[in-house]
Amino acid sequence: MLRTCSILLAGLAAAAMTSSVPDAMAADQVVMGFIYVGPKDDYGYNQAHSEGCAGVQKLPWVKAIEEASVPETTSVQETMRNMINQDGAQILFPTSFGYFDPHILKVARQNPNVQFLHCGGMYTEGKHPKNVGSYFGYIDEAVYISGIVSGHSTKSGKLGFIAAKPIPQVLRNINAFTLGARSVNPKATVQVIFTGDWSMPVKEAEAASSLIDQGVDVLTCHVDSPKVILETAERRGIYVCGYHANGSKLAPKGYLTGAEWNWTKVYSDYAQMVKDGKTLAGGTIPHLIRGGLKDGFVKCSDYGPAVGDDAKKDAEAAKAKFMDGSMVIFKGPLMDNTGKVIVPDGQEYNQKDIELEKMGWLVDGVIGSTKS
Amino acid sequence: MPSSQDTPMMSAAAQTLPAESAPKAPWRWRTGAEAVVIPTCAVVAALILFGIFCEFQGRNALKVYAAIYKAAYGNWYSFQNTLLRAAPLMLTALCTALPARLGLIVIGNEGALVVGGVAATVAGLAVQSAPMPVVIAVMLLGGIVGGGLWIGFVGLLYYKRGVNETISSLLMNYIAIAFMNHLVNGPMRDPSSLNKPSSFPIPDDKMLPSMGNSNVHYGLIFGILVCLMAWVLMEHTTFGFKVRMIGGNIRAARMAGLPVARIGLIICFLAGAAAGIAGMVEVAAVQGRANESLAAGYGYAGILVAFIARHRGLPIILVATLLGGILASGGILQRTFTLPDATILLLQGIIFLCILFSDSLYGRIPFFKEPGA
Amino acid sequence: MSNSSIGWWGVVIGVLAGSVRGGTPFLLVSLGECLTEKSGKINLGLEGVLLMGAMSAYAVSYKTGSSLCGVAAAAGVGALLGMIHALMVSRPRVNDIAVGIAMLIFGSGLAFYLGKPYIEPSAPQLPGIPLGAWSSVAQIRAALSISPLFVFGVVVAFLMHWFFRSTRWGMHVRAVGDSPAAARAMGLSVGRTRFLAIVCGSALGGMGGAHLSLFYPGAWTERISSGQGLMAVALVIFARWNPVHCLWASLLFGGAQSIGPALQAVGISTGYYLWNASPYILTLLVMMATCSTKRTLVGAPGALGTSS
Repeated sequence: MLRTCSILLAGLAAAAMTSSVPDAMAADQVVMGFIYVGPKDDYGYNQAHSEGCAGVQKLPWVKAIEEASVPETTSVQETMRNMINQDGAQILFPTSFGYFDPHILKVARQNPNVQFLHCGGMYTEGKHPKNVGSYFGYIDEAVYISGIVSGHSTKSGKLGFIAAKPIPQVLRNINAFTLGARSVNPKATVQVIFTGDWSMPVKEAEAASSLIDQGVDVLTCHVDSPKVILETAERRGIYVCGYHANGSKLAPKGYLTGAEWNWTKVYSDYAQMVKDGKTLAGGTIPHLIRGGLKDGFVKCSDYGPAVGDDAKKDAEAAKAKFMDGSMVIFKGPLMDNTGKVIVPDGQEYNQKDIELEKMGWLVDGVIGSTKS
Repeated sequence: MPSSQDTPMMSAAAQTLPAESAPKAPWRWRTGAEAVVIPTCAVVAALILFGIFCEFQGRNALKVYAAIYKAAYGNWYSFQNTLLRAAPLMLTALCTALPARLGLIVIGNEGALVVGGVAATVAGLAVQSAPMPVVIAVMLLGGIVGGGLWIGFVGLLYYKRGVNETISSLLMNYIAIAFMNHLVNGPMRDPSSLNKPSSFPIPDDKMLPSMGNSNVHYGLIFGILVCLMAWVLMEHTTFGFKVRMIGGNIRAARMAGLPVARIGLIICFLAGAAAGIAGMVEVAAVQGRANESLAAGYGYAGILVAFIARHRGLPIILVATLLGGILASGGILQRTFTLPDATILLLQGIIFLCILFSDSLYGRIPFFKEPGA
Repeated sequence: MSNSSIGWWGVVIGVLAGSVRGGTPFLLVSLGECLTEKSGKINLGLEGVLLMGAMSAYAVSYKTGSSLCGVAAAAGVGALLGMIHALMVSRPRVNDIAVGIAMLIFGSGLAFYLGKPYIEPSAPQLPGIPLGAWSSVAQIRAALSISPLFVFGVVVAFLMHWFFRSTRWGMHVRAVGDSPAAARAMGLSVGRTRFLAIVCGSALGGMGGAHLSLFYPGAWTERISSGQGLMAVALVIFARWNPVHCLWASLLFGGAQSIGPALQAVGISTGYYLWNASPYILTLLVMMATCSTKRTLVGAPGALGTSS
């Protein structure tokens, strides 16, 4: 009983102490909160963000706090409130897409002085609170490069893509991969398998095996944690392109290249803006921040040993065009895989075009359907 | 294979919670004390075990507990978080608790919650132009009918075909989630829900609001009310008495002419309806639409709440609040102590194992034996 | 045809190979559950055992460099968790289903907690048994590279069948599971028999986890199990508490898991959520077709689900 009492007292004392922390916050310290939907060491999406968090934490004036495995329910609202009220966070990065509506929108309305930055969402002027913004990387540029390398490396002309769900972010990568491959190998096809869930190792391994049985000899994927797919491909002796993070260690022989995030750069930029006193509501932090290879938001993994010189030459050429801004991935004439014209001849989509973030089609050359 | 719970001691122990029994029945204070002391000791034992684990991990156990206490019950602000998490647990717990009184072990809480949520969404969208109370009432009806029929089907399989209710309800969880995914990715999908396939949204102004200026929504009231209703129904009506009779001895109940199958089906429907309301609250007060976030594990947590509360309505409210507090403190362990996200699972597991173990101590400790009993 | 596309044959090969690869954890866990249930108790906590088994197999294989040590560790950890379960359910008034769910939470929490450092490194894998070495078709060679744990599981299935039918100890387990009172009258120790059955069953469950992390899919992640441990309970009923039937049922479930991806690989891409649910729907349908209120199921242990 005594012990219980002392715990209670300790609790009260702790409560009294920490509640005064936010007021005592030095003006030149930036507190950033990061929230992930899964474990932060998943070798994939969440880990990429967590590495960004660890990277920005290296700045001496930044305090970064993180919380992992937060489901898209009232728990994430609670976590955001706690980070604001208990830890004094000035800027929050709830990184899962599903956090946006209703959770971020609700908490953002209640905390107008805190900046809410959402990964991959779309901010709509007038509809969403002014202190909400969104950021994302044009990772399809790096995936396009993967496509070029894959198009060169395949012998069967059959590429495989294991994806979680037919949603715009995923479809955009599938299309970029296909266009990249067909830019150097016009006969190449990309077979897609949707597993239906973001993280399902057994099903992903099963999908990889099925594709390899069908003669696919280069695989890539868009799931939360590509580890199992990389290892299965390596074991079956085919090539593979990574996603989210560098997976060359998992497939030392077959790893070609991969699309990686570089969130440290993005988060450091935001930290600097908050330090300079900029805000979303004041219009000094842009509501939509996007960037590709050129801006350093995304990068390509180093080439694996199996990549030939032709592939490297074409990939580097495309990279150079991305860097000088002259590369357009989605330009007419472009047909979808049902034969419908998606982008007429002469028209093109700039990367920043918001239409691309609403993509609902698969380009010609993809075998698969967007229906579930 | 119905399980029988032939434990008069159990019902006596749980019914005599101190608040209600102490003034009325002072001569039974030892039994009442037993019902408080044993679970309390179990929790303390669990905390000591977990504390040893913390010390091994290089964290000061007392500081960790102080933080958990602060994050769960420390002040009104953090208590709101606890209540918010407790609300769905109260409702899903009833899905196991009600059939348990019949001797049926139903673990289809998660599935009934999901089906209730989807049904409530369909119903709400159909009348979305009506005034708010009408929309809420129709959604509530949708949740009740959806969840009720789902578990009702489990009951039907049991009474008509003899299919084991535990297994069928477990299987139906997976089927419900797959079905919901199919619907929100296909027929029910709002084309503008781009990267998170969802149904069309319930209009904002038709949703279940928060209470006053707190963060707690009215779903908590639903939870408490339904638990109270379940308690009255089971402990203070003839119907409840019949249910307990069937649970006590099904043969005797049949011989006494009780319509066993009909009562069983009603109970299964009510159980599913409670979980369905949880799904409805999740849609109407939190998500605003049906999508994969509905399957957030409230169902499985509810099973444990039911067992620890010994399937009684009033204790469910308390246990759900306790578990809600533990869950709400998960964040602070990560942020303040840099303990991994799995720590809270581990703590939950230890607490539940200790409490379940303590169940076997009832009637074993001489001090709590009623003199002459 | 030899090395490129094999078209619809790919679906057949995929499902067949998938049923062996994906069926192995089902097989080991369901055999463990079968042994447990034959003694009259249910262990829903095998899901937690599976995860702990997967994690400890991977960790030990990584630390020692020997995948066999990993499998042994998985079995050992499984047995330890089984002991906790057995001690709990041997107490009066403690419900085995509730303990199972608490053990599920405890086991997965412990596995996730201790497993954090082992997500990134690559551990040595179990070598496959190359039954397809005769074939020149790469797909067939890959499909017939069988997990040693599958072979082990098949042997255990037949051994357990023989054990229940023809040995004295097997009869003791069945007696304890059918009627503890009668078993006691025969002079058997109900507690000790159940303890051993649960612990051995749990060890088998841990080895099922080892298959997940050391053979297929062959990695340790927190989402490695997709509910095989929970499904095992259904599977045992599906198999009528017969270990050999557990083998067929596991192959069926493993195959059903790979139908969705295999069909998409040849271009049939609609309804995969429903395809993914096919094993559960199938089990439910079979139970509906074969159960009856008039008689208990053949092979059903009499004390199962009761508090005795």
